[in-house]
Amino acid sequence: MGYHCIVLVKQVPDTANITGDAMKEDGTVNRAALPAIFNPEDIHALEAALEIKDRFGGTVTVITMGPPKAADVLRASLYRGADRAILLTDRRAAGSDTLATSYILSQAVATVENYDFVFCGRQAIDGDTAQVGPQCAEKLGIPQVTYLEKIIDVQGKKATLRRNIGGGWEDVETPLPVLVTVIESANTPRPVSAKRYMKNKYKRVPLEFAPDAPEAAEAEAQGDMLEQWGLDEIHADLQRCGFAGSPTKVFRIQSIVLKKEGFASVEPTEEGIRGLVHELIEDRTLG
Amino acid sequence: MTSENNQNGEVWVFAEQDNGKLQDVVLELCGRARELADKLGVKVGAVLPGSKVDHLAAALYSHGVDRVYLVDDPRLEFFTSLPYAEAVIRLIRKYAPQIVLYGATPLGRDMAPRIASATRSGLTADCTDLQISDVTDAKTKEVAKDLLLQIRPAFGGNIIATIINPAGWPQMATVREGVMPMKEADPSRSGELFREICDLEDALFGVKVISRCKEEKKVNLKAARIIVAGGGGVGSRENFRLLFDLAGALGGAVGASRAAVDGGYIDHDYQVGQTGTTVRPALYIACGISGAVQHRVGMQDSAKIIAINNDPNAPIFSVAHYGIVGDLNEVIPMMIKAVKERN
Repeated sequence: MGYHCIVLVKQVPDTANITGDAMKEDGTVNRAALPAIFNPEDIHALEAALEIKDRFGGTVTVITMGPPKAADVLRASLYRGADRAILLTDRRAAGSDTLATSYILSQAVATVENYDFVFCGRQAIDGDTAQVGPQCAEKLGIPQVTYLEKIIDVQGKKATLRRNIGGGWEDVETPLPVLVTVIESANTPRPVSAKRYMKNKYKRVPLEFAPDAPEAAEAEAQGDMLEQWGLDEIHADLQRCGFAGSPTKVFRIQSIVLKKEGFASVEPTEEGIRGLVHELIEDRTLG
Repeated sequence: MTSENNQNGEVWVFAEQDNGKLQDVVLELCGRARELADKLGVKVGAVLPGSKVDHLAAALYSHGVDRVYLVDDPRLEFFTSLPYAEAVIRLIRKYAPQIVLYGATPLGRDMAPRIASATRSGLTADCTDLQISDVTDAKTKEVAKDLLLQIRPAFGGNIIATIINPAGWPQMATVREGVMPMKEADPSRSGELFREICDLEDALFGVKVISRCKEEKKVNLKAARIIVAGGGGVGSRENFRLLFDLAGALGGAVGASRAAVDGGYIDHDYQVGQTGTTVRPALYIACGISGAVQHRVGMQDSAKIIAINNDPNAPIFSVAHYGIVGDLNEVIPMMIKAVKERN
């Protein structure tokens, strides 16, 4: 009983620390060159799902798409309270834009089945597009409620949610299932539980083991193997995945050419600044 | 992506309105759509869903629109994603525009991806420039005629990406308010009104707005002649008071970079840059702002820029007309003093 929430999360390069060296020639990010983190708004999406579970009962399934290393965000989700975690990984998914990504994720959600809520962060910090959530909702044929501020109530097959509308809010009533995108002000994510950490820290996806490593069989026997799906498991049409399924192409990447007509260095002294203010009054910028 | 590209398709703007009032970004986009359409030799269309909004057509014509596609339905009084998206999707299928532009508002960013998904077309978020150009494929040497170049900053710094959709039309993009300057209205222009009957099914109206509270924006940076903006280097909410003092002395407004907003020093309403407001004041004083590209695209067209930063290598100095290398907590009080002496 209760509600089944699916949370779509992403491991992202920490874009606060990007340099030009981290770009590949085709215009995509060389993720290996950057520290990888749990996309900030996705942690709030996970918290929203855990809140549903706490308040109304149910289970939480987390899905991420990425390389085997992205299993880090699955473990981090299990530490916080997720019940099930699935890694979607397939080389044929490389080069997917938001449209292809949303297709793959929606196929995965449809494969999991029987969900009431799909939560995701509003946007990921490596692209800031906010497109994948609404695109998944469209592909799943379900309504969307973006920019969640607060879960007001859930009753039967209906939820009442408060969403941010930019300089204000509105309360909406939505039928379930629904896809909800979450912003940081929606909640305060709970810390990692020590107990859950101990229970889940050895969990791995198959690709995190070397081929034929005996540790893999051991993990399997211990129940420490996480689910790992490729495009075949979710019955994806390959024409809609990766580069083939992506209408947008990166045509060009340029370093920025900065424009300005001249530059004056001003001394950080009373005299220097008085001179500057005088100049701005003279040229009528001030006053 | 099986649909043929319609080279004769119109250039469309989604005419977002709230409570019977058009968003500024719509009129800004109309001006750019006009330029793109003239280059392509096609008409500009505006899609206008809502309830009792036909009076908005005149403003759209005067800003360069040739045809207004009106979807008037009492159920469209308040925006909800599904019926609004469905109305646009049906009109796209009916008329096959080659370009559709949306304001990157909360509404536009909610609805446009849903439309892109249904029409399986490309969508680029938060463009800072849009151009038309032929594009030669690097491998096949095939030339694609008159593609929309969708230009946006990418990946946190130093890089501008140009995105194209060679297939999967319409080519769609969102643009933040203030990024494209609004052209002067020409009230003598007129256009054609198309009343579209979309027959939106009741099932699309499953999500219901039950209450709503919209506050007028507290901060109007776009109208400010002088902006004193602070970044991560300001360091605290308390230190931001200095910036308010300087803005007060100069008769200006206070702005902020994303770092300052993320640091909790000031509210998001004050944010300048790609994900905030784009400004073009007579004077922009950047205090403790390092100058990431997302911030620079939001302020680099200011007539005069003063940068105050204790790091002489901060990128902000490369767009500044005046640079002061020093501690803003010392420099700003000196500036306030110098301004007061003059007044």
